Formats: sequence, structure tokens, C-alpha cells
Amino acid sequence: MTIDIALWLAQDAVTNGAVYVLLAIALVLVYTVTRVIFVPQGEFISFAALSLATLQDGKLPGTVYLLVGGGILVAIVDVIAAIRDKTMHRLPRILIVNVALPFLVAALAWWTAPQTNSLLLQILVTFAIITPLGPIVYRLAFQPIANASILVLLIIAVAVHYVLTGMGLVFFGGEGLRSRPFLDITFPVGVLNVSAQSLWIVFTSLALIAALWFVFERTLYGKALRATAINRIGARLVGIPARFSGQLSFTLAAFIGAASGILISPTTTIYYDTGFIISLKGFVGAIIGGMTSYPLAALGSIFVGFLESYSSFWASAFKESIVFTLVIPVLLWRSLTSPHVEEDEEQ
Amino acid sequence: MNRRVVAVAAVVILAMMPLVLSEFYVTLLNYIGLASIVTIGLVLLTGVAGLTSFGQAAFVGIGAYTTAVLTTAYGLSPWLTLPISLLLTTAIALVLGFVTLRLSGHYLPLGTIAWGISIYFVFGNLEILGKYSGIADIPALNIFGFPLRDGHKFFYLIWLTTIAALLATRNLLDSRVGRAIRALKGRGTMAESFGVDAARLKMIIFLHAALLANISGWLYAHFLRYVSPSPFNINASIDYLFMAVIGGSAQVWGAVIGATALTLLKEWLKDILPKLFEFNGNYEIVALGLLIILLLHRTRDGLVPYFAALIPDRQRRSPPAATLPLPSRTQPATGKILLEFNRVTKSFYALKAVNNLSFSMNAGEIFGLIGPNGAGKSTVFNLMTHVLRSDDGEIRLCSERIDRLTGPEIARRGIGRTFQHVKILPNMTVLENAALGAHLRGHCGVAAASLRLDRAEEARLLDEAAKQLRRVGLGDRLFDAAGTLPLGSQRMIEIARALSADPLLLLLDEPAAGLRHMEKRALAALLHELRQSGVSILVVEHDMEFVMNLVDRIVVMNFGEKLAEGSPREIQSDPAVIEAYLGGIE
Repeated sequence: MTIDIALWLAQDAVTNGAVYVLLAIALVLVYTVTRVIFVPQGEFISFAALSLATLQDGKLPGTVYLLVGGGILVAIVDVIAAIRDKTMHRLPRILIVNVALPFLVAALAWWTAPQTNSLLLQILVTFAIITPLGPIVYRLAFQPIANASILVLLIIAVAVHYVLTGMGLVFFGGEGLRSRPFLDITFPVGVLNVSAQSLWIVFTSLALIAALWFVFERTLYGKALRATAINRIGARLVGIPARFSGQLSFTLAAFIGAASGILISPTTTIYYDTGFIISLKGFVGAIIGGMTSYPLAALGSIFVGFLESYSSFWASAFKESIVFTLVIPVLLWRSLTSPHVEEDEEQ
Repeated sequence: MNRRVVAVAAVVILAMMPLVLSEFYVTLLNYIGLASIVTIGLVLLTGVAGLTSFGQAAFVGIGAYTTAVLTTAYGLSPWLTLPISLLLTTAIALVLGFVTLRLSGHYLPLGTIAWGISIYFVFGNLEILGKYSGIADIPALNIFGFPLRDGHKFFYLIWLTTIAALLATRNLLDSRVGRAIRALKGRGTMAESFGVDAARLKMIIFLHAALLANISGWLYAHFLRYVSPSPFNINASIDYLFMAVIGGSAQVWGAVIGATALTLLKEWLKDILPKLFEFNGNYEIVALGLLIILLLHRTRDGLVPYFAALIPDRQRRSPPAATLPLPSRTQPATGKILLEFNRVTKSFYALKAVNNLSFSMNAGEIFGLIGPNGAGKSTVFNLMTHVLRSDDGEIRLCSERIDRLTGPEIARRGIGRTFQHVKILPNMTVLENAALGAHLRGHCGVAAASLRLDRAEEARLLDEAAKQLRRVGLGDRLFDAAGTLPLGSQRMIEIARALSADPLLLLLDEPAAGLRHMEKRALAALLHELRQSGVSILVVEHDMEFVMNLVDRIVVMNFGEKLAEGSPREIQSDPAVIEAYLGGIE
């Protein structure tokens, strides 16, 4: 291995690692707030990437139907609940948020689709389609049994992953898609040609991390999420409903997923089921961080990026095996260093 | 009609299936049997003990590939490859278990996902394993010279194995070890305080599940006579988990129900969906995912409770008769020093929760430890029971140091305890809950329990538990689910459980908390009676009235230090105690 190959691999590693960091942060966020090990996080990434690429082809992405359909389902569930609780005054808001808004986004997407040159608009529309899927998934799949055991929530997460992957195939077909780079230039740095896209990825990830830090440290909503993560019952007692923090964390997760998907879509071909394996690598990063610490999860994810990049050079067929086997020594280290804790599982 | 009749009828019907069904349906039943074997292990591991594994298909794959390689490339007999693959799986499961089982909740699923995925890529990329095209021409099994070449013959081998696995696992759960396994989910600390080695037990059931998966893989390879990586990928592991969850963990045979339901459902979806949608998509997994979500929203416990409700169980009225009672310890002579605290200190950062505390308690007395909130009583309790470790000083039981021992070791020395917040297993019967206390008085392990060689000992354990329950006044509730009893009775179950351990010292952590007046009086009467029969009792309590009428001697704590020590009468007139409890007298 020459020094320029090593550097080139390192660039690749940092670029991929930056995406895994975002992913790991989203997974840690959802897990600490709702106890859901959110396997379908990867689907937000692939859906965002594929939606962007489809828009660039001048077509309406199928995720729009998911958004509208999901919104209507949420509206139905909420209206039934409102009728049962005799809180009719909530009806207009339910209908506006869950039916009117999705249709508005759909109309926007339909209007944007032919304008294949307006990248900014396409990105905005992609965010507008993907981000609401987070709270929709939470409302339909998780909120009805938010207090179930971690195992049941995990099984539901896997089932949601099945549903979304299957729909991904229907919407986007089995062919992979790749979107156009935001800026098609490269900068020569020493022996390296750094592509503008990798800089985009790294800087956007950093900006997002800074923004998330600001949200958690400086805003009331962010603090509410942190409070729920630390003590669910305590948070409820001071007036932070579990429903609210659950929806907020899923919204943030979907937003982060959409951002990651948009960022990586020009760098690699994405298939309808690519998200799963990407999110599992984010999991590896998150596990290294113990599923509860954001900075450690970020470091772990960068490490995963490096491991993946270099092992694809030496033993490309075993790349995935190497990355996932890495978890075992990490777990060993954690199991020897962390004290034994017992969760008092509800019976 | 009881369950035994239903079970026998089911087996008879099953045995006739190959005579009437076509090859296609027999093959389907074979797949159901193979999946059931794996799922039985998962029901125990995931459903009962709460440890989630996404790696079961990988263990199936190890079983299938080991025999495939060894029989085709090296010409070994399949009957030789079975023990070899079992050993291999044991080694792998031990390593995986060692790194994940000690950790809490989410590490095992994630660790096993990672292992499941990486082993799949290993199967798909190794030359010797035939890469993604797999290994063909695996020899058929021979039983006493009869080759099992078609599905009809293989059916009996698969289902005999399934039934054997079902019976062994059911027997295991209905035993001394089984009660401990059922306590692992969320009640591990409690189980450890009765001598259960939780880490070892988790490893055993992880091995149990891995070995069942391995056997299923070995059968699979010789049934299909061809292996390739795809049936062992992560999705297959997810299917096994789905089966376990669909069936539910209430009964072991939920595994068969779950395996049948999921296999048939997938088959049916494959059949019906292409007719509904002309576009060829992967609609099965969408439908499957939605059905699983709906099912879990409706019932978190799976399908078994519905089936179980159709066939009422035979009500048991009395515990099995024991021929001779369990041997019990010789209690130390009354008046001898039983428990000693010698200058014990425990700090949490700057706070000295217990500071230089010394006292001793004699055998045969009821000893009270009281003090206002925050005085350090619970810390003292936790120091004695291994929950916390003291910074300095010694704690001795019968002049042996116990402050550096583990929970099970302390239990072995003869300390039986109750919990401030009741820790019972609500779905187990009152009798089983109490019998958990006698864990250390039995010795039969997993093998004996699976083969029902433990019945004599089991009868003695249950008999002892029933005796202690009658002593605390719960003799008529033995077979009720413990969770249906009121709090006062649940505290009594805890005392009976601790007594079943035949303790030298009974530790009661705020036994009167949350009890109504009448319940408190019943409790006090019981404790008096226990002292009469020679049991030594240490009570931590802050209900003054309850303690004063009960105990022989008291230590009063305040701010981590001993404030006073003496008889109830002395304590009641001690100015320092009055000041601590009621504020200063001006």
C-alpha cells in the first residue's frame, strides 16, 4: 500500500464515517428517549437518496404516496381517539397536520419534479417528504405500545423495517439510483484529489452535530428530550408527555436520516435495501459508544469508517464480516469495564 | 378433556400426516418442524429469560455447513459430524455468550446481529464452503441401514426431534433450574440473593438455544442434501424471532404454533399476493411486517394464551408428596453472637452514608435497625447483601467475614432476605415463588431436570415451600398466580421464600411499608412466632410503633452513625433519639 492509496482510503473513511456518525447519533437519540432500537433508520437514508435521485429524473418519487397514505392513517387513528375521548376541538388540527400538509408537500413535489435543474428545491422537497415519515412511523407503530418491553419494541422495529423495505422496492424498483453531485469539482490537496462532495458530507455532518448540540443544550424541547432519556417517569411528572418526546425524537431521527441520504446519494449507488446495512454500521458505531454517549458513538462511527475503508482494500470480499466481527472485541471490552446493571423490566 | 389428552391426540394426528398428505405438504411440515426446533430454544432464551438473539440462523448454518463439508469433502459419517458440529457450536456460543451476556439489554441483540451478518458473508465467500453457490450432494442419513431419502421418511426424524426438544425444554422450565431461569428476566438480583448464579444460567440457556439450532441445521442439511448461505442470513434469524414472538413465551409449545403460523402465512402470502397485485414487488414482507405489528398491538403475549384458553389446564390442588423433608442447618445456640458490624464505613463521594458503624446481634433475637429517612439503614442492608461494597471495616456472620462475598455466596452462608419493593414473579404460582428460595437446597441440574430425573428432589423442595407458605398463612393460595395477591400477602410470600432457604439470619427490609393496620398486626404475630421457633431476624424499618412492640434490641442510626443502642424501653427514653425523631425540645 502506497501512501497515496492510504490517504485516499482515509478520505473515503472520513466521508463514510461522517455519515455513520449522523446515523449513530440518531440511533442513540431514539433509543435513549423511547427504548426503541430503531432498525428502520437506514430506510430514511435510502428513501431520501432515492427520492432525490427520482426527482432529478423529473419523476414523482413513490415516497410521496407513503407520506400521504401514512398521514391519512394517522388522521384516522387520531380522529377515532378524539371521538372516543370526546375532544372534538382537536379535529381541525388533526386534519390540517396529517392530511392537508402531506397533500401540500405532494403538490410541491409534483410541481418540482419537472424542474430538474433546481437542486436546492429538490433537496427541500426531499426533506419535506422524508422528515414527517418519522412521526408517522412513531404514531402508527410505536405509540400504541410505547410502554412495552425493549424486546417487543425491537420486534416491531424489525417489522417496520420489513414494511418499509418492501415498499421501497415497489416505489423505486430493484435498480439502484445515484443522484448528481452538488458540485462536480475536485480540489488537489497534495497527492489527493478531494471531491467537493466529500467536503460537503464532512462539513454538513459537523454543522448538523453542532446544531443538535445546540438543540440539546440550549432549547427547551432539546432539554425535554434529554430529561426523558435520563428518567422517563420523572419527565412525565414534570409535564413532558412520553408521546411528545417520542414523536420529537423520531422527527429528528428522520430529519437526520434524510440529511444523510441526501449527502451520500451522489457518492454511491443506492438500492431500495441499502439502508439496512448502512444503519447496521451506524449501530456498530453506536455500540462502541455504549448506545448512550453521543461523543463516543461519533468516535466509534469514524473508526467503523476507517475499518471498512482499509479492509475493503485488503480483503474486499470479507469487508462486511470484518466490520461486524469487530463488534465482538468491542463488546468484550465493554463487558469487562462496565458494571453489571439490571433493567427492571416490566412484567 | 385435559392438556395431556390433547397433546397425545395432536401427536397421533401428526404421525398420520405423511400417510395422507402429498409430498409438498409433508415438506412444508418438515420445514415447520425444523423451524420449531430452533424456536423452542428462542422461546426459552428470549421469551422466558428476556435475552434476544438475532444469531440463531447462524447457528443453524454452522450445523448445516459442518456436516456438509465433513461428509462431502472428507467422507465422514453424518452421525460423526453431529457431535463435531455440536462441539463447534458450543465453542462459538461460549465466546459470544461470554462477551455479550454480562451486558444489559440491547447488547445481545446487536452483538448477535453483527455475528449473524458476518458469518453469512463468511459462508458466502469461503472457497471450501462453495461460496454463494453452496455445497450439493450431501449424503442421505442412514438409520440402521435404512436410508432416509425422501421427505415422508425424514418427517418422523424431524418431528421426533421436535417433540423431544419440546418435552425436554418443558421439563426444564418446570424444575428448580427452570424457576431460576424464569426469574432472570428483570429479577436477576433477587434470584442471586437466593444463590442463583445468573451469569452461568444465562450461558446455559444461550448454549441450549444454540445447540438446538445446530441440531436443526444438521437435520436440514441431510433433509435437503444441499446447503447455500441464504437460509442462514439475518432475515432467517429475524423469522425465528418472529415465530417465538407470535407463539408467545407463556408455553414452550408456543414455538410450534409460532413456527406453523409464520411458515403457513408466508406460504399463503406468496400464493395470494401476486394475484392481488400485478406488479411484481416484495409484497410478502410488507404484509408480514404489518401483520406482526398488528398482532403485537393486540397481544404482546402472542397466540398461545388464546389456544391455552380453549383447553383448560388440570387444576393442581396439592404439591407432590415428599417422602422425607429437606435436611436443615443447625441453628447457632441462642445468645451466641450471630452478626457483627465492626467499624464499617461506606461513602458516596463526599457523603458518608455509613460512618464507623459497629454493633452485634445475637442468635435467636429480633433485632431492629431504625432511623429517620436518609440515616443509612438501606445502605447497611445493601452492604450485608452484596448490593454495595463497604469502603472500610468488617461484617461477620458466625465470625466469618461476608463483606467481600458475592450474592450467591452470601446466600449459601445462610442469609435470607426480603425486599423493600416486593420482588416476586407475578406469573408464577405462589408455591413456585416460595420454592425459588430453596434453590440452594437442591442440586439437580439442567440434564436431570430435562430428563425428569429430579422428581424426588423437586417434591422435597415444593414440600418445603408449601410448609413455609402454610406457616405464613398462605396455605390455601399455593397455586394462585402470585401477582393476583394483595401487597400484604405478597410480602408474606417474600418471607416464606426467605424461610424456604432455611436461613441462619432473616433480613427484612421495611416489611411493614405499605401494609394496612391489620396486616401489620398479622406480620408482627408471625415474626413473634418465628422467633419462638428459633429464627434470628434483623428488621430495618422506620415504623416506630411496629418496631417497638416487636424487637428485643434496637440500633438507632442517624446521618450514617449509630445514635443509640438498647432495648425498646431504653431507646424510647433516650434524649438523642427523641431529638433526632421529633426535633429538639426547647
